[in-house]
Amino acid sequence: MMERLNQIIAAHAGREGPLLPILHDVQAEFGHVSEDAIRQIAQGLNLSRAEVHGVVSFYHDFHDHADPRPVLKLCRAEACQARGVEALAAALPAQDRVKVETVYCLGLCSVGPSALVDGKPHARLNSAKLNALVEALA
Amino acid sequence: MTAQETLGVRISDDALAIACGADDVAAAFARAGCTVERVSSWGMHWLEPLAEIDGMGFGPLEPDDIAAVLAGTSPKAIGRIEDHPFIARQQRFTFARAGKTRPLSLDDYAATGGWQGLEKARLLGPEATIAEVTQSGLRGRGGAGFPAGIKWTTVARAGAAQKYVVCNADEGDSATFADRMVMEGDPFMLIEGMAIAALAVGATRGYVYIRSEYPHAIAKMQAAIRASAHLVQPFVLEVRVGAGAYVCGEETSLLNSLEGKRGEVRAKPPLPALEGLFGKPTVVNNVLTLAAVPWILANGAQAYADVGFGRSRGTMPVQLAGNVRHGGLFEVGFGITLGELVNEIGGGTASGRPVRAVQVGGPLGAYHPPADFHLPFDYEAFAAADGLIGHAGLTVFDDSADMSAQARFAMSFCAAESCGKCTPCRIGSTRGVELIDRIRARSGRGADRVETLPQMHNARKGPRSLAEEITLLEDLCETMKFGSLCALGGFTPYPVLSALKHWPQDFGAAGQAQEAAE
Repeated sequence: MMERLNQIIAAHAGREGPLLPILHDVQAEFGHVSEDAIRQIAQGLNLSRAEVHGVVSFYHDFHDHADPRPVLKLCRAEACQARGVEALAAALPAQDRVKVETVYCLGLCSVGPSALVDGKPHARLNSAKLNALVEALA
Repeated sequence: MTAQETLGVRISDDALAIACGADDVAAAFARAGCTVERVSSWGMHWLEPLAEIDGMGFGPLEPDDIAAVLAGTSPKAIGRIEDHPFIARQQRFTFARAGKTRPLSLDDYAATGGWQGLEKARLLGPEATIAEVTQSGLRGRGGAGFPAGIKWTTVARAGAAQKYVVCNADEGDSATFADRMVMEGDPFMLIEGMAIAALAVGATRGYVYIRSEYPHAIAKMQAAIRASAHLVQPFVLEVRVGAGAYVCGEETSLLNSLEGKRGEVRAKPPLPALEGLFGKPTVVNNVLTLAAVPWILANGAQAYADVGFGRSRGTMPVQLAGNVRHGGLFEVGFGITLGELVNEIGGGTASGRPVRAVQVGGPLGAYHPPADFHLPFDYEAFAAADGLIGHAGLTVFDDSADMSAQARFAMSFCAAESCGKCTPCRIGSTRGVELIDRIRARSGRGADRVETLPQMHNARKGPRSLAEEITLLEDLCETMKFGSLCALGGFTPYPVLSALKHWPQDFGAAGQAQEAAE
């Protein structure tokens, strides 16, 4: 892990403002940004651990613990609310094998409710379609 | 079958079309022996996936519909796309290529007037280029409506060895998707606009800050930047990906995020135009602002300024969203009324029920009742009606909407997304959620522990009435509006107060006011 981390840090070190690109890569590679990773990134960029921790904890996309479950990002912003996403979300059974994450806006606001699974967008969701998406991931 | 083998079908590869099943439809056409071209979206979202064959449109298609389309018997035929009333009524400047070109084809872009604006700017030189943009009356499309030419002048006059052009593509507002459509449908236009801005102000580096919720836009912009690098040099462009923080759509927190810091808002002054990215003079403009620039340069400032209303010149890509029958992108000159947009163009609600409210301008925009439908689309007219245009997204709600729930959502959204730098936004939004919860539950609020302490002589000892709680909410909104550093805390009161003003019955104030709707 140390070695891979150093590769990621080195790959971005020459860029202006390298911290976010590094954190994106670390999150994608390891599923989270650990205490050890924060320590190493801080050292690599000559920042304090507090500074790096502050950035990691600020952004919704970075997590301090890995969650191995597949993720379904469900948009619950106003436009999807107007198209009934809250009823869908309420009717969705509690999930332990799929992480249903709330996002605010996927930019598909005229054809909601919508969701993003593994980079692929899905729109015009109803209960059956949403359940099928969740089932397919579980 | 020979005729079919050469039959060209055009289907969008925009994220919205894909979400509606465009890939499956395209594959079905390909299996049937057609040549499939993936183009940008026309913006008629209720018809997606929309297939175009010789100018004729068919949608919304499913793979099973293909046989009927090819046999000429499909009930989903909509006639010539260009003659469709939704398209024919528009004035498409920024979205002139929508539906017509392959997003990543340099040939298509050049063949449809691409790079003419940049050529003109190179011919005119920096000063005359800025003069064109100023004369066009183009105002920042991100929401604030600040004149683009004036911002550029400030950056151009700033003396610095390094300047930047930053494109704000952190389109986090619900009901807005025009930025996404530009980046996915016509990425070279945005690159050209940024290159013109760079030339005008003397910048050599640019960043497009795209939110991570837009994977398709990120991929398209990265590919387009690689493909066009030789055409915009010495200007060097790069995509940076956000990390799920709504507040990074605010320009100063976006700059902090680009620098690799927490996306906290900076106090202004100093203006980003003078001390922006890494402390250097920086143009920060929204996608739509920069995307409007090539057209203005190519066609002249006057042609752009001739369209519009009052001090709002040119066109606005209006985004019709939420519970609306004909949702999509409608670019039109300023001055069209809200009612025309919702009822005539949008066709009313998708559910068929009466319209109750329309939120204009995203999560920080006011909720308007049908009584406001006479309002012309214009920055000043909306400001006068206690609202804002913002990024011109319209979310339509039918009569099942609970407006106190929407007000609560506005506060809870602000609480979730606040950067934490200023107190009115950070604490006020949380207190706002609690307050609206009490109002909705009609639970009232008794004196708290501190208030009952013997040394708190002046604190009230009794519970608060509903009317007092509502006054307190209005008071809190005032504090947030005038005390917050940026638009997140400062504009969250718009949806809250407008809901309270127009639908007091939803807050339990029965009999105090008539339903403003209808």
